[in-house]
Amino acid sequence: MTAGDEEVWVDAAAGPLVRPYTVTAGRTRPTVRLDLLSLVVATGRRPREMAPEHAEALACCRAPTSVAEVAAHLRLPVTITKVLLADLLDCRAMTTQARHTAADPTDRALLEKLLDGLQRA
Amino acid sequence: MAFNEPDPSAPSPTQVKILIAGGFGVGKTTFVGAVSEIDPLSTEELITTASAGSDHLAGIEGKTTTTVALDFGRITIEQHGIVLYLFGTPGQQRFWFMWDELSAGALGAIVLADTRRLEDCFDAVDFFENRGTRFLVAVNEFDGAFRYDPDEVRAALGLDPRVPIVLCDARDGGSATAVLRALIRHLLVAVPSASV
Repeated sequence: MTAGDEEVWVDAAAGPLVRPYTVTAGRTRPTVRLDLLSLVVATGRRPREMAPEHAEALACCRAPTSVAEVAAHLRLPVTITKVLLADLLDCRAMTTQARHTAADPTDRALLEKLLDGLQRA
Repeated sequence: MAFNEPDPSAPSPTQVKILIAGGFGVGKTTFVGAVSEIDPLSTEELITTASAGSDHLAGIEGKTTTTVALDFGRITIEQHGIVLYLFGTPGQQRFWFMWDELSAGALGAIVLADTRRLEDCFDAVDFFENRGTRFLVAVNEFDGAFRYDPDEVRAALGLDPRVPIVLCDARDGGSATAVLRALIRHLLVAVPSASV
């Protein structure tokens, strides 16, 4: 086999070389309920055993970071990212940060604050 | 490494979610990137769908997994302790399972439209109308695209007269931010004034 043959197999169009669920050892459901906007932050505690993806997740969560943002940094689908983050939460290498989701479209005070903030943006 | 124990007394941010919907290539990624304080980030969500006629695969779940792109951006409004998150994803009907999670807790939505392919945003308009999510339509004016009158766009979409239509250039931060303000003003119109 020549080097040229190998190139046929390893290119971007071939897709990821590792199937997503391999990273999670086949698990598809996180043990902790997380949504896209859940905020996670590293506690500084290092788990005894860690996959490279866990280490990467910890590295990008030194400040509270949303699950969606972690997924983008890891270049992994959200579902997979949630499983990995749940591992880190389970061993207390991470914790979730309290947050408040404002979802009431009739909350005048909130809307006025948003408008004010976006005017300055 | 400088890790900090999280401070439990730190004020928790107020998160607000706004959705950006529209067909493929309409400028959602560009729009999110133009207003976001972080580089436009893209991730993907896994779609698991039951595939028809796969029961011969005994012991294997009759499901196929594929992915759909998800763009997001963030705007921190420091002085009010608010973090606004923008999520952009294709609005086609086959992705609605994902829109269910995304639209839960969303304040409102922007449907990006390209007048050359207006039909691409029909599904998104239907979705928000059915869910009762308040939205507006932002026509992304591509170079060389034929300019339609907002009234023509309204007629073509069969849009309620109360739903605003605005024109924008998704590449321009100022223009895209103006669309966000237009959405917030649209939401405010429906709120009874406290001083009546």
